[in-house]
Amino acid sequence: MANPFPALLRVYLTGLRVLLVFTVLCGLAYPLLITGIAQLAFSHQANGSQLKQGGQVVGSSLLGQNFTLPKKNPADPNEQPRPDPRWFQPRPSAAGADGYDAAASGASNLGPNDADLTRTVRERRAAVAAFDGVAPAQVPPDALTASGSGLDPDISPAYADEQVQRVARARGLDPAVVRQLVDDHRTGRTLGFLGNPRVDVLALNLALVRLG
Amino acid sequence: MNATLAGLLQALALVAALALSHRPLGDYLAHTLTSAKHLRVERVVYRLIGVDGDSEQTWSSYLRSVLAFSAVSVVFLYAFLRLQNHLWLSLGFPAVKPATAWNTAASFVTNTNWQSYAGESTLGHLVQMAGLAVQNFLSAAVGIAVLAALIRGFRRTLTDRVGNFWVDLVRVTWRLLLPVSVVLAIVFVAAGMVENLHAATQVTTLSGGGQSIPGGPVASQEVIKELGTNGGGFYNANSAHPFENPNPLTNWLEVYLLLVISFALPRTFATMVGDRRQGYAIVAVMVLFWVASASLLTFFEWQHSGSALQAAGGAMEGKEVRFGIAGSALFASSTTLTSTGAVNTAHDSLTPLGGGVAIFDMMLGEIAPGGTGSGLYGMLVLAVVAVFVAGLMVGRTPEYLGKKLGGREIKFASLYILTTPAIVLIGTGVAMTYPAERADMLNSGPHGFSEVLYAFTSAANNNGSAFAGLTVTSTRWNTALGLAMLFGRLLPMVFVLALAGSLARQHPVPVTAGTLPTHRPLFVGMLSGVVLIVVGLTYFPALALGPLAEGLH
Repeated sequence: MANPFPALLRVYLTGLRVLLVFTVLCGLAYPLLITGIAQLAFSHQANGSQLKQGGQVVGSSLLGQNFTLPKKNPADPNEQPRPDPRWFQPRPSAAGADGYDAAASGASNLGPNDADLTRTVRERRAAVAAFDGVAPAQVPPDALTASGSGLDPDISPAYADEQVQRVARARGLDPAVVRQLVDDHRTGRTLGFLGNPRVDVLALNLALVRLG
Repeated sequence: MNATLAGLLQALALVAALALSHRPLGDYLAHTLTSAKHLRVERVVYRLIGVDGDSEQTWSSYLRSVLAFSAVSVVFLYAFLRLQNHLWLSLGFPAVKPATAWNTAASFVTNTNWQSYAGESTLGHLVQMAGLAVQNFLSAAVGIAVLAALIRGFRRTLTDRVGNFWVDLVRVTWRLLLPVSVVLAIVFVAAGMVENLHAATQVTTLSGGGQSIPGGPVASQEVIKELGTNGGGFYNANSAHPFENPNPLTNWLEVYLLLVISFALPRTFATMVGDRRQGYAIVAVMVLFWVASASLLTFFEWQHSGSALQAAGGAMEGKEVRFGIAGSALFASSTTLTSTGAVNTAHDSLTPLGGGVAIFDMMLGEIAPGGTGSGLYGMLVLAVVAVFVAGLMVGRTPEYLGKKLGGREIKFASLYILTTPAIVLIGTGVAMTYPAERADMLNSGPHGFSEVLYAFTSAANNNGSAFAGLTVTSTRWNTALGLAMLFGRLLPMVFVLALAGSLARQHPVPVTAGTLPTHRPLFVGMLSGVVLIVVGLTYFPALALGPLAEGLH
């Protein structure tokens, strides 16, 4: 009988060879092929759906961002960023310390009965209602809760509508013009039944800038 | 259109699409697994790996190949993660820490894709695409290969051969997973997913702040993440991240992809055993549980119980506006009933009973429809148990698909069924006795317990989703959950292959008037009952302490 040791090892060697073959096929050839096609045919999407303003990239149409006033003391980590009334505001975000940190996507992961979350939601309701000058009961759920990614680019049409008066006042614009802008940026359900109606905050704010 | 009707239409469209692909995909896979012909590429691959494509293995040789391949894969991926800083496209990230690398290697090789790290701040592009995504393909193919061996066990008689693992692995990957991925990846890019090899781009935002927009070969990884019921996200937020799931259409497609193979495999099974009706009975049970779970989860989310969600007026914590309640609940239910574990919503923030449904889905053992391959072999083991229970009731030797189920077969089926609950319950129990592990919970009370229960349930059932509030970055968590994933994957495979070998050796039993028909509604009801009772009785006490205590207080 021959030495059984090489036979025992052979199956591991076969495994390694299979793994190497498929690392080349599925791990290199496949993603590089897709990247090549993507860069040639869909370079806008493949590179992050970037939006530009005055030649400068200001973000991605798929990623939400903060619209806050500069901190009074940028070195103070405890200072809460304050929303800038001249912009439509996105949802609260749990990504990174100040929210909308695209290098740290994520949710709050707080449970439905969490005491801190309950208190935070109530505080947000009061703050958002005061900021937008509406009744607290009117503020929709998406304005009070953080998204799963912390990068949600959208708000509900209800939350966008709620902000029209405040944005118009802060910018000295006719509310009817701003309302029209919101309506123009409203996206319905895909094919009529997929997903939720929504408004992309960055696209809407870019349109505000272009309004002058 | 109101939200309820839209949600219903979305689910109906999904059912229609799955029904349409059931036959062609199922038959194609049956052909793939039985054809005597090798493609030219496959012949080249067999030469490269030194395998005779026409030879077949005994069940024990098949098992040795599965185990050896898994072992080599874990070691390879571990080394890849530990050395990423020396390789290209590392984006400047350091080597992954040993405990995290071990956990991640075990996780991706076992088709679990539990993630104790955040992709965008831990991994370079090369290790994502040539390390992790390769296992997305291969772990899915391994599941289907083991299933193929079991089906051959039912089909064949008087033989000790159950197929060739290497041939099954190569064929499933090359003929099914790769071509579908190529087509869908391009669709995904067109729909907005990123696909590049850039590092993050620093931009100045509209209001003058800064944002770092990440890059990566995301679309190519996203397809196989769903198709192979893997679920490991490129980014921390997984399918909630707009770059992994940009719009409602991609969301619907992702749910479709993560269900499509597992819902088509019963057709493959039926075609291979030569009785189409057997497949419909199995699919009926799967659909029953899937519809029940999706309906309940959606209902609970719409109810938005829980003090925080009541205060907000809707269950939008952890959910994206573009998907809404219906798109999130359908995803959550489908991802936990398959072994996918991708998430488009934060499961930790689901309503108490909605989160309970997600945990229960996984506890069912990932069988409705379950992971690629593993879902159906799990269901077939339960079918064996159901036939056995029926046999006990009428005092006949049980038989299934013309095979006698004797003591040996029932022992393997029982061991299969006991393995996962033992890992989940012992793991959860032990973790709860340690103060340090309890301190890793983000939430307190029953919800904190649910976080730990979810973690072990997810790991042992190879799901990979999480109540992510739990901090699992410590060495102890990484080690324990890594072991739970490996044992939860490989031990059941041992029993399935042993069962396959034992069945293949038998004489066929002729069908008589006393044979229990296994394609009638009666059997569908019995099998569903066995699924519910076996699972319900095993996990009920644990569920009562967690989600039920929170939801019914």
